[in-house]
Amino acid sequence: MTDTTVGSKRGSDPAALADLPWDPNAPLLEVTDLQVEFHTRDGVAQAVNGVSFDLKSGETLGILGESGCGKSVTAQAIMGILDIPPARVAAGSIKLRGVDLLQLDEKTRRHVRANKIAIIFQDALSALNPVFTVGWQLGELYRKHSGASRAQAKEKAIELLELVQVPAARERVNSFPHQFSGGMRQRVMIAMALALEPDIIIADEPTTALDVTVQAQVMKLLADLQQQQDMGLILITHDMSVVAEVVDKITVMYAGAAVERADVHQIYERPAHPYTKGLLESIPRVDMKGHELAAIKGIPPALTNLPEGCSFAPRCGFVRDRCKTDDPPLYDVPGNRQSACHYWEEVFNS
Amino acid sequence: MSDVRSTASQEDLEEVPQGPSEGKGKDATRGLWGDAWYELRRSPTFWSASVLVAIVTSMAVFPFLWTSVEPDACFLAEHGREAPSLDGRWFGYTFQGCDMWAQVVYGSSKSLAVAVLSAIGVSVIGVALGTAAGYYGGFVDSVIGRFTDVFFGLPFLLGALVFLAIVPVRNVWSISGVLIVLGWTSLTRIMRGSVLSTKNKDFVDASRALGASNRHIIFKHVLPNSIAPLFVLSTIYLGAFVSAEATLTYLGVGFQQPDATWGLLIQEGQPYALQGSPHLLIIPCAFVVVTVLAFILLGDVLRDALDPRNR
Amino acid sequence: MGRYLARRLLQFIPVVLGTLFLLHYLSVLSIQFNGDPIRALFGDRPPPDAVLQAMRARFGLDDPCLDTRGNPCLGMFLDRVGDYARLDFGIDFRGREITDIVVQRFPITLRLTAIALIFEAIVGIFLGVLAGLRKDKGMDNAVRVSTTLLIAFPTFVFGVIVQVFFALQIGNWLDTQPWSPLWLRNMFTPVYLSDYPWLSLVIPGLVLGSYSLASIARLTRTSLIENLRADYVRTARAKGMAQRRVVGIHTLRNSLIPVVTYLGIDIGNLMGGALVTEGIFNIPGVGGLIFQSVRLNDSTVIIAVVAILAVVFLTANLLVDIFYAVLDPRIRYE
Repeated sequence: MTDTTVGSKRGSDPAALADLPWDPNAPLLEVTDLQVEFHTRDGVAQAVNGVSFDLKSGETLGILGESGCGKSVTAQAIMGILDIPPARVAAGSIKLRGVDLLQLDEKTRRHVRANKIAIIFQDALSALNPVFTVGWQLGELYRKHSGASRAQAKEKAIELLELVQVPAARERVNSFPHQFSGGMRQRVMIAMALALEPDIIIADEPTTALDVTVQAQVMKLLADLQQQQDMGLILITHDMSVVAEVVDKITVMYAGAAVERADVHQIYERPAHPYTKGLLESIPRVDMKGHELAAIKGIPPALTNLPEGCSFAPRCGFVRDRCKTDDPPLYDVPGNRQSACHYWEEVFNS
Repeated sequence: MSDVRSTASQEDLEEVPQGPSEGKGKDATRGLWGDAWYELRRSPTFWSASVLVAIVTSMAVFPFLWTSVEPDACFLAEHGREAPSLDGRWFGYTFQGCDMWAQVVYGSSKSLAVAVLSAIGVSVIGVALGTAAGYYGGFVDSVIGRFTDVFFGLPFLLGALVFLAIVPVRNVWSISGVLIVLGWTSLTRIMRGSVLSTKNKDFVDASRALGASNRHIIFKHVLPNSIAPLFVLSTIYLGAFVSAEATLTYLGVGFQQPDATWGLLIQEGQPYALQGSPHLLIIPCAFVVVTVLAFILLGDVLRDALDPRNR
Repeated sequence: MGRYLARRLLQFIPVVLGTLFLLHYLSVLSIQFNGDPIRALFGDRPPPDAVLQAMRARFGLDDPCLDTRGNPCLGMFLDRVGDYARLDFGIDFRGREITDIVVQRFPITLRLTAIALIFEAIVGIFLGVLAGLRKDKGMDNAVRVSTTLLIAFPTFVFGVIVQVFFALQIGNWLDTQPWSPLWLRNMFTPVYLSDYPWLSLVIPGLVLGSYSLASIARLTRTSLIENLRADYVRTARAKGMAQRRVVGIHTLRNSLIPVVTYLGIDIGNLMGGALVTEGIFNIPGVGGLIFQSVRLNDSTVIIAVVAILAVVFLTANLLVDIFYAVLDPRIRYE
């Protein structure tokens, strides 16, 4: 096993990756102006509309937004597993330690997957192949990426299951996905992501399909493992309560664009964008008993037909005329944060 | 297509739509059917298949629109086995000197009648038993299931032979009856599956929680949402039954002389095909194939249009 | 898995008995409504009653329950099942042991069916995979069109056309060509040649398997397309697996599951098709036997042979169900 190159901190790199121009001073992950469109029967949908964010080692980034805002598409674009066509990465760059993944050929990109960046999907039951054992699916990573033998791969699979705290790992390694409970299955998915010790793990709604108590366990496991392995973690979710406990910083997405970026405390204490403010206010609280729930009125726009100007304008409480014509860029807000709102100061101070 | 049952098999179970995944009865289904119609309208296959079906149907129902010659105006001595010619009859004459075109046109009525009757019969039984088995489950499901298995254990054609051996009368009703008795199992199973998956949807629970009776739930909620497979399958079955009837007639256990159906024409024409009269065989074969093809294409196109996953 | 097996076996036996009873009841009804087939053998000049009675006894048709319409004749049924269990299927109207006749003809039908099955499975799955992988492109459209056309042909139409316009013509033409090898000529022979038990069955076998081939191709195609859209495919790609592995290993097994189920049902289809094909190509197999017996109205043979085939069909389905559980682990624990 060759020693580590600049590109990763531990584990081995397939030879193909070793030759790439890694830059140790660049941020672990830097997404700049990513644009992804889908060509559908009803027109071109702008699923991701100029999203930028970055991630450092050991950091946890939360991408927050409702269904359809483009967060999963962003994750899949980073992994390179979008169906092209009908999807198309129209613009932007995704740099892993300075190397733009979008410029790599598919063969090299394939090595990046699971080795450098891994993903955990939401529904473990459909995400796992029903006809192969869990041990086989975990071991596959070792057999195909590290050239391990079947026996070696199986041993590693058992180790992985123990790492994610699946009880009776030695027996369960021969079980099939449908024989696990939801929480256990999600642990298997986490194990699969961890197998090759990647630098970044993307967790796409990892707990949405689980019970609240199981959610807490899985999130704790994820956080612990991240600390142990010093990985970057991108947590994609629509659930504000989950996000608050685990992440360091948040990017809020709406209709395919990033509308606010800040540290987690900053967002919760003082949101600088009407959408974020609306999200926070819509969380029901005990002391609101007897009052109406504060929901954000209206529905998100169709991605095939985004309005001119700010996408959130139709639903915004702070809207002015300018909002309907000028699409707001990300303004800098004091405290090293950004907000895509012309009137962020008002929101900030309200 | 000698076995009706294999035409509607796992393929349909996988693909056939279960109706919209939420919403109440009619409102939500308008979405499914409305979308389907939108797609169908734009499909050239749909229109060509429909035109073919319309042609064959009109031949069956209004044969006099398609030919002025009587099918039994046969002149063995003058025109026996006469080949098609451009200044004589375009489709030639049959072995017995009857006008081939007239025979084929009139022959369509019995074949289609059997197909339609059988399709209706199979559908009624399939919906009734399949819904009962799927909705009520438990003992009812077991009994119907075993009953289905027993009938299913008789391979289609073999069973048809045995049944037709009991029934000496060979007319539209008896032949349809035999096809129904042997063909009901497949559709029943599929309907059962469809009803089963609809039953587990939330809106059924919601309806029950509001105090709806079983009857109400079945007719207003379950059936409209699980009925889509029926349309696809019965269309395909129409083709399958035309094929099955032709097969049985060809084998000698279906319609008998002097009923003119395509199967008999083929049976007659076969020995003479190589003796200078290929048209005796080719023309009735072509009619059978084109008719069956039309129904299958229609069924295929319907299935694709109703497939919720194509949205 | 053991529990699943046990359950299937427990279901199997009553169903076999049920189907046999159905057959039995049909034959009984036939006699009760259409009259005594023994008597019918003699037309206008029946022998004395004693002789008729003796003949009926020989054919197992002397039970008094046959005189009342609708009587299920359970006693007779049990006798029959007992006989069948001892592989005694009675005698045909010419006095020959049905068991012997069947044993003699079965291998021929078996060969025919084997050729059909191998052909339809291999070519069908191959075409289906090809079409599924190149969805909406040239290959896919070609496969879809050709399989739809093939399905529209009833087996007997296909068989007749192939025999008349294809096999015979080519066979005759080959006979006039000095270079044509013997094996090729014998493949295109219009009749079954016992000296070339496999070769002369190739064309009929292909005809028999065509309809099923089309169905299998379509089924494989649909199944593959669906599995290619599945979430686990996305996961496999996210794991950095090459497309070839994703398709060949991850999706293929899942895609073949419905095909295997179909093959079980198809055996019944093949039996009916064999009946037709053997009739058209004049093959002395079990199908041909039924064909003859229908003409002669020899009910004992028809019932016995159909009973055998039904049991074979049900057994084949049982085996397929077991194989299905091997392929799909989700079923094993139901």
